[in-house]
Amino acid sequence: MWQRRAGWAGLALAAVAAFIAVPPALVRSAAPSIVLAGLAVALGAFAATRERKLGIGAIVLAILAIVGSVAATKSGESNLRDVFTWSALIASMLRFATPLLFAALGGIMSERSGVVNIGLEGMMLMGAFFGIYGSDLLGTWVGGLAVALVAGGLLALVHAVFSISLRADQIVSGTAVNFLALGITGYIFIADYGDTGTPDNISRVPDVHIAFLGDNSFLGDAVGHANLMTWLALLLVPFLTFVLFRTRRGLRLRAVGEKPRAADTVGINVFRTRYVAVTLSGMLAALGGAYLSVGFVGSFSQNMTEGRGFIALAAVIFGKWKPAGALVATLLFGFSSALANRLPTFSASTAVLFQALPYILTLIAVAGVIGRSRAPASDGIPYVKE
Amino acid sequence: MTDPEVVDPVAAEDITTPAARLASYIRGGGVVVPLLTALIAFFIAGLVVLVTGHNPLTTYNAIFNGTGLNWLFPWTSGADRTAAALNLQQTLIATTPLILVGLAVAFAFRAGLFNIGGQGQYTVGAIVAVYFGSKFGGMPHVLHIVLVLVLACIGGAIWAGIAGLLKATTGANEVISTIMLNWIAIWTGVWLFGLGGPLQNPDTPSVPISSDVTQSAKLPVFWGNPQLQGLHIGLFISLATVVAFWFLLNRSTTGYEVRAVGFNPEAARYSGMSVARNYVRVMAYCGVFAGLAGGLDILGWQFRIATNDVLTSDIGFLGIAVALLGRNTASGTVAAALLFGALKSGTSQRNLDPSIFDPSLATNLTLIIQGLIVLIVSTDVIALRLLRHARGLRRGRAAPPPAPEEAPT
Repeated sequence: MWQRRAGWAGLALAAVAAFIAVPPALVRSAAPSIVLAGLAVALGAFAATRERKLGIGAIVLAILAIVGSVAATKSGESNLRDVFTWSALIASMLRFATPLLFAALGGIMSERSGVVNIGLEGMMLMGAFFGIYGSDLLGTWVGGLAVALVAGGLLALVHAVFSISLRADQIVSGTAVNFLALGITGYIFIADYGDTGTPDNISRVPDVHIAFLGDNSFLGDAVGHANLMTWLALLLVPFLTFVLFRTRRGLRLRAVGEKPRAADTVGINVFRTRYVAVTLSGMLAALGGAYLSVGFVGSFSQNMTEGRGFIALAAVIFGKWKPAGALVATLLFGFSSALANRLPTFSASTAVLFQALPYILTLIAVAGVIGRSRAPASDGIPYVKE
Repeated sequence: MTDPEVVDPVAAEDITTPAARLASYIRGGGVVVPLLTALIAFFIAGLVVLVTGHNPLTTYNAIFNGTGLNWLFPWTSGADRTAAALNLQQTLIATTPLILVGLAVAFAFRAGLFNIGGQGQYTVGAIVAVYFGSKFGGMPHVLHIVLVLVLACIGGAIWAGIAGLLKATTGANEVISTIMLNWIAIWTGVWLFGLGGPLQNPDTPSVPISSDVTQSAKLPVFWGNPQLQGLHIGLFISLATVVAFWFLLNRSTTGYEVRAVGFNPEAARYSGMSVARNYVRVMAYCGVFAGLAGGLDILGWQFRIATNDVLTSDIGFLGIAVALLGRNTASGTVAAALLFGALKSGTSQRNLDPSIFDPSLATNLTLIIQGLIVLIVSTDVIALRLLRHARGLRRGRAAPPPAPEEAPT
């Protein structure tokens, strides 16, 4: 029991040690951070006698805090203030997390029902292109999102037909879907928009301006101008948690992903459940892609998702196949990207390394170092009805 | 190749891992199924071309001429022949690494593993090759090339070995870990050669690119003009590796163990093979193949890497399509690599006649064809059903279904 408390205290101390080196506290000497982090190491070592993972986690975080704070005290004060403007960092984190969160929630739906979805990347790309296409064609972003939903759903349906009905290998089918999405979106993009690119006057999903937070307050800068789709994604987390873990439909979906034979025996339609889950998964991923195009930049370029579908897949695993876990993972990954985006003010090259962070963390997570993440039992196995 | 009907999909259900089951499906169809698969894909893509207002026949003809394969026809002469030779060199340059990344995926498949990490292993091989290729300028030609290629193989082997080691020690799913390793390798490459990165070319501080490979490490060109990106001897290294792959898989103890573990890990373990050690070994071999591909591309024609090359390369991902269409066999991989290499060069800006079909449309058409091929291969049910249907009609459905070779334990 004491070991456990010590482990958490170590983690907290390590976090404080890192925090005081950057604005607003901005202690211009590494000594206090090193003392705090040293304490954290000691607590972690004590915790490791019982709670091994927690203790090691605290020690690792403390060492990172020492490295970080030494680096911070060595770099210029104004640079630090530029990077660590917390309200702007939070706003940026939410922007980066939104598309990932949509796609990760989609991934959870599909994988919870027992279908591995490597095709998230392609489904996002479909949403990104057809969001713009629909918005351009119908003149409103609502139309854009509707077209994106249909396009993502259709591509997911292809994955569903092959992996559920035809019992194809789901990894291969997902890979195929990614190639197809690249080809389809690229082909129509070049054929319809050619060299000029998508028009400038695309109707975009509006930002929600929360006036009472004030325009120059911390909260106002952080969340006062977040996009409508960001709020939608955040609301989907409790909603999907409720659906998956508190409703009959959710129980059935999870049953199909864990023990399809048993689910079938009690009269649940395994095939239909999986079809619905995979199609919804594609629609959610498409919303994530649409956020990138109609939500954020207002244009499309070929392969604009650039591997975000795979980060979303990483978030599914890192978040242990739970919506709340995916939220934490995507916020963490989003924060990492936000830092990568702001760090170039003093080092372009280290900033790039933050892009790799989500993948490294996930690799560590699947290796079971920080708590084992376990997939649904029948994830990836086609179901054969007897 | 065994009789296609011996591997019955129903019996194949008993093989434990999905990748192993897939591999056994895929070995079952001979040459006809892949051909049929490619034909269906080309047919559907032709419909796409037709619907968007172009003539599919002239389009495919232009792409075919872009591949330079018309060089093989004796009646191609004069200026056409010169152009065809240039195009065919490009096709074979593209084929060279595709063979190797195809082997990297195929070898894992045969062991019941799914190596999605070809791209990362290829990237690591390329990074290692460009680093050591731009150093030691005074070294003897042959020695320098051999050294760089060996190091590229080792680099790829270590990178892939991480995934194997994680699977062997912690049971981490190799699909997930190889995907993550891909992106880690890609961003590492962007970091190394990016602005202010440790390996960025010091002479061009504003361009995110590596230093050039020195003259002593460049592979000799044996067909065409070296100034115009002629065909380098990497093709022969690649083909020699195919032979090595075949011997390794079919004539060595290692290969026997690899196939045994792939076919049934439980039985292999029971007969005294170390399944865990086998995972590491298999992945390391895969990394050797993919790393060599990266090394050959660098020493053969790229000579340097820009960060953009790292980000946009898709050769490793194509390796999945190559291995699947080539049914994870040595000869099949070569044929499939040639198909995808030809598609790649035939639809490139450099080779395709833009007055007939816009090359930027055509590169996307290639992606659609690749997607369709992988999709159809992913199940094999479509092609196999068509085939069985045809056979069934011919035989009048008289023959009873043959018994599965091995009884499930």
